[in-house]
This record gives sequence, C-alpha cells and structure tokens, in this order.
Amino acid sequence: MIELDVNGRRHAVDAEGDTPLLYVLRDHLAMNGAKFGCGLGQCGACTVIVDGKAVFSCVTPISVLGGRAIRTIEGLGTPDRPSPLQRAFIDEQAAQCGYCIAGMIMRAQALLDANPSPSDAEIRRHMAPNLCRCGTHMRILRAIRRAAQRVPTAATPLRSTPT
Amino acid sequence: MIDLRAVRCLSMLALAGAALLGCAESPTTTAQTAAERTFDRAQVAKGAELSALGDCRVCHTGDGGRAFAGGRPLPTPFGTIYSTNITPDAETGIGRWSRDDFRRAMHEGIDRAGRHLYPAFPYDHFTHVTDDDVDALYAFIMTREAVSARTPRNRLVFPANLRPVLAAWNWLYLDARRFTPDPAQSAEWNRGAYLVEGLAHCGACHTPRNIAGAEKRGQPFGGGDAEGWHAPGLLAASPAPVEWNADALFRYLRNGFDAEHGLAAGPMAPVVDELATVPEAEVHAIVTYLTSRTGQTRNAPANERIAAAEQREFDAVGRHAPDRASEASASSAETQDAGEVIFAGACATCHYAGAGTPRTTPVPLALTTSVNAPTPQNALRVVVEGLHPASGEPGAIMPGFGSALTHAQIVAVVEYVRARFSDRPRWTDVNATLHGIEREQPK
Repeated sequence: MIELDVNGRRHAVDAEGDTPLLYVLRDHLAMNGAKFGCGLGQCGACTVIVDGKAVFSCVTPISVLGGRAIRTIEGLGTPDRPSPLQRAFIDEQAAQCGYCIAGMIMRAQALLDANPSPSDAEIRRHMAPNLCRCGTHMRILRAIRRAAQRVPTAATPLRSTPT
Repeated sequence: MIDLRAVRCLSMLALAGAALLGCAESPTTTAQTAAERTFDRAQVAKGAELSALGDCRVCHTGDGGRAFAGGRPLPTPFGTIYSTNITPDAETGIGRWSRDDFRRAMHEGIDRAGRHLYPAFPYDHFTHVTDDDVDALYAFIMTREAVSARTPRNRLVFPANLRPVLAAWNWLYLDARRFTPDPAQSAEWNRGAYLVEGLAHCGACHTPRNIAGAEKRGQPFGGGDAEGWHAPGLLAASPAPVEWNADALFRYLRNGFDAEHGLAAGPMAPVVDELATVPEAEVHAIVTYLTSRTGQTRNAPANERIAAAEQREFDAVGRHAPDRASEASASSAETQDAGEVIFAGACATCHYAGAGTPRTTPVPLALTTSVNAPTPQNALRVVVEGLHPASGEPGAIMPGFGSALTHAQIVAVVEYVRARFSDRPRWTDVNATLHGIEREQPK
C-alpha cells in the first residue's frame, strides 16, 4: 500500500511501486482527466502537478510520490464552476478534440502558480513539452494569456469575463 | 564553484602581472579605413564557414538572444564570465574595431582598448589561425547585423578580476604563433591539426586544465570541463566501452549521434549543429587528426561489448535480474532498491532493449559515455534537465526528471544506473555533484 495525496485528499493505493501515477489515477482512483498519449514522456497529455511542478504522470512511478502533493485537473474546477484557467480555455475555444487539454491546462496552471503574469516567451518556453495534434496551439496560448490577466491578485480582483 | 587553490595560484600570477605592468598593451585609436568596410563576397562566405568551425555563435549568443550579440554566462573556477557582443554595433559591439584590432584580439588576446581578454575566449587556440582566415572571419562578423546589447559585468573573484594577471598568464602559457604544417603528414592531417588546435579549439573543453586554468599540455584531450558538464576524454582516453574509430567519430561529429556511443548533449550539442553545416571534408580532416593523436588501446571486439550491453538492458527490468545490489555495501543497498523501482517506472519504458521513442531508439545505457564517465556530472544533468533538440528542430527528446523526482530519488536512480550498467567503480560524489547542479537551476 502506498498513500498518495491527490487534490488534498489521501488515498491508500494497492499497486506496485513502479506503477506509473497515470495508471493509478485512471484505473484505481477513477480520475480520467489525465490522458495516456504516448506513455514515454514525449507528448504531455498525462501532465499533472507534483509539489507545484508540472510532471509527466506516465513516467512517474508512485514509489516517488509518498508525502508529496499531487494535483490533477479534477482539483481545479467543476463543469459548473470552472477555474479561471479552465474558463479561459472555454472562452478561447482552445480545444478541438480535447485529448491534450487536461495536460495543457495542468502545465499552464503550474506556470501561473509560480508566475501570475508570464511573458509570451515564458509561456512558449514553459508549454513547449506539450503537444496538440489538432494544432490549436495558438488558441491555447491565447487562453493562457487571457487567464494570466484574470488571475486574481490583491491589486486586481477577479472581474467578469472580459470580451 | 570557486576553487581556493586556484585563487591562491592566481594571486601569485597577480604579483607577476603587476611586475609586467610596465609592458601593458596600448589601445588603438585608428579608425577603420573605408576599404576595411568593403568585403569580397567570397571572403564573407569563407568567414561564415570558419565561424561555424570555430563556434563563434555558440558562445557569443545569449540564451534566447540575437546571434553574436553576446551575454552568455560562462562558469569558470574563477567566477562567471559573460561572452561579449561581437556584432558590428559601434557602441556595444566591435563596430569600431579595425582589421588589425581584430587580429590582435584573435592572436594575442588583447581588445581594442588594450585590455587583456580572459582565456575563456580561447585565443590560446586562435593564435594558431592564419592571418587570411582571421581576415575572413572579420569580413563575416563585420557584415552581420549590428545589435545593440551591453555585455553584463563579469563576476570574478580577486585576483582574477584584475586583468593584468593575464599578462603573467600569457607569459607562462600562451604559445603565440601561427600554425606550421608538418611536412611528414598528409594534407588532410595538417588541415585537421590546423582546425583542431586552432579555430575548433577542441582542447579548450576536452583537455584538463591546471590550477591557473591553462590546458595541461601533457594530457591532450584527456577529458576536461565545459559549462558544468564533463567534457569526456577523446578516443583512447574516452570512458566509452566500445572504442571510438574514425567512422564512429565522423558520424558523431556530423550527425550528433552514434549508435554505439550516444548523443551529443550539453555544450557539445551546438558544436555538432555547426559541424553539420560545414563541408564534409573539414569534418574528415578533424577526425583524421584526432584519431592519429591517440593509440587504440582496447582489444575486446566491439560486437561482443554491444551484445553484452543490450543483454543488460533486458536484464535490468523485472525482479529476475541478477542481484547486483548484494555486491553493494550494506549502507547503499536501500537506495539501490529505491533506484531500481524508480528505474523500472520512470526510465525503462524507453531504456529497455527494443523499446524506443517515436524518433529514436536510445543507445543501450551500458554503452553511453555519461554512464561510464569518471564523474556523475553528465548523467545527473541528463536526468535532471533531459535532452531537447534545439528550438523548432526535430530530434530525440528525453524528458527531464528534475521536477518529478526529489534530490534523494535522483541520487538513488543515478547510483542504480551506474551499478547496473557500468563495470566501472561506483561514483562516490553523486550527492555533492547534484547539490552543485541544483544551485544553478532556476527555482
């Protein structure tokens, strides 16, 4: 048994230590947001956040995750109350088939948590590992830029969606 | 990291330098003539090729910056030196430099203002380059786009921050003379010697340096350091299990990859990118000279070593692997086990014989230079940072594991990989080396 902290809740998981986190999320915990893309850390569809950093859950064995904080897209918002970043992805219609989007959002969330107003170059460099085969990268970048302006801070409280 | 012994040694040099101050170099005040501003197309083209062979762009371009505009930090044992702007911008670049100023910098390591340049700029190699070739480089550089970019101040420890130290350094270590061909050797060998010892400055990274930061002449290409990476010894001095030969070295230098040795990474990656653009004959010449400088020492047939390395990849995954952990000392047995589990979950999907990424099949780990190297530096860097092709270019990708794994987990998996895949002794400094790398990483 390995205990995992996912979105602030503890889960005792009965799996081998070398099992990738992605399999545990999907098969044991029924969290299907993170996707299996390549299984080789090459595409980013499986991206989640561990201790504040974006990681590929397909090549992260659960043996390394004891006592660490795992965050998945299920921890951001709900269909009724999407998080600001999810809202921005919807507003920009950044998904086409949508398979990469959970990973895209989690990688972008890690960036915005560390740097609420990243430059365009910072966004591009940070998002480089994640691929979208439909080619909606430009919309994804716009969504992140939009969210960066909406992230609430003491000086600029969150307002309704800008047009 | 600052080496105190090096600081003491430089202090001695500083005293000597002070004694030599009387013969400090003078600034030049002559402006370029109009004729010096006009260049022949063929000369510029020749300069472009020479610039690629000399890796001018590699050092003189900052991360994400404009080509040749400088600003790249170069860590040395004496502190950090920033590469300068060598675009023809008059204020921040070398736009006011005459051809003779440029020659003096290349051959003697002295800038237009008469100040000594640091040998991080490898004038101890460039001094061997012919006047004609230096002039072609001047033509190429002076026809680049002028970029206004101020070079950050160097952050050097006393007394390395005092440039007169370099007068003494030059007196001791600089062999300022042009290349002379060896008539007993072929034209190709001589071309290779000219490039390797001169513009291409291979020894600047691959030859170990003494305490004053000068190359040890008695150990050419014996292995050195480059920007926080280990620059492995070449050919016979290489730690790679399969010996290098001319064909393998050519493939590696031309394509950045050789299936029996590995992938060019770290500071070598941009070097092979440049070598992919020059005429093939130049790379053959480099190979001819380098292979002649080293004897072939190992005799176990390469195909046996390759087969053994591939077998190890099969054995690595799964509980039925022969138990090498039992050979380990009791204290490290635990990290060995942790490392094995991490390897199975994080590494084996690609580093398992027969597996591969969409673009490549990784070189069996047992064959790679980094896993067999005398220091864990490169193995750690690859695990932490991963391998990435240049921006916008296709190429093999290994994700970095610096975010997924903690410090202790990285140490465990790297120690496991060394024990599992190399016959060489365990590394004893994995933990300390990783601390050094982590200090550089942006948090």
